Amino acid sequence: MAHHSLTARQYLILALVALCAPLGDTCLSRGMTHVAPISLAQPASLVAAVFTPWIALGIALLIGFFASYLTALSWADLTFVLPATAFGNVIVALLSRFWLHETISLQRWLGIALITIGVGFVANGPSLTERPQPADEAIPKEQLR
Amino acid sequence: MTLLPVNAPHPGFWTATGMIAAIILSSTTGEVLTAAAMKSIGDLDIIRAHSGLKGAIRAVLTCPLFFAGVFFLATAFFALLFALNHMDLSLVAPASASLTLVTNAIAAKLFLHENVDRRRWTAALFVCLGVYFLAH
Repeated sequence: MAHHSLTARQYLILALVALCAPLGDTCLSRGMTHVAPISLAQPASLVAAVFTPWIALGIALLIGFFASYLTALSWADLTFVLPATAFGNVIVALLSRFWLHETISLQRWLGIALITIGVGFVANGPSLTERPQPADEAIPKEQLR
Repeated sequence: MTLLPVNAPHPGFWTATGMIAAIILSSTTGEVLTAAAMKSIGDLDIIRAHSGLKGAIRAVLTCPLFFAGVFFLATAFFALLFALNHMDLSLVAPASASLTLVTNAIAAKLFLHENVDRRRWTAALFVCLGVYFLAH
């Protein structure tokens, strides 16, 4: 199997995938905890929640995540891209430790180490599964217009 | 809609399991369909180099598989919002994120025929455990 090495731009896309998702989730969580409990009988309340500031910010960050995620999936395997999304949790934990001076328990340091080792495992391998493909079918002509 | 924090009663074990299972199932289906769509479209960087950003956006928006993926990802999103409204983030986030990694690795091998070798299985398990520890 050929080793698909990534360019600096592709690493930047993976970094955006890693950062935007946890920050977006945190905004959503903050927004949803300030909203009254919603039951399945009132689905309109769930849609109305989307327009509150924290949830709107969370959605904006998640749109950024989705655009970078789609780009990454176009040149890398799903099982290569997904650990990058989990690495965002490590970035957020390290930011909270060194920027917000929060305390990180031994268990959380263990979590950070495990995710870093896991991402390291994947990053050292090929980014895309090699498949035999005729050269003239690489990109459909209608997409190159 | 009231914008005040309310101490809602926590759901039972099976209700909580059902909420988390709904997130995992819809998220895995959505991610596999989206990944299949992006592979069928081709490298977006190359498409953009040939036909600009509009061409890349058109390539994505004219792929029916992409919309099927987005539908399930949107379902997962609303399932997550619903679960966060009833349960703590410290339970919902690690449980759904870590289990989704494992179900995605299985689905990628079965449906996308990705080469999920020993290295990627190990990585999925390490990241899965890591997410669990990090969120507790």
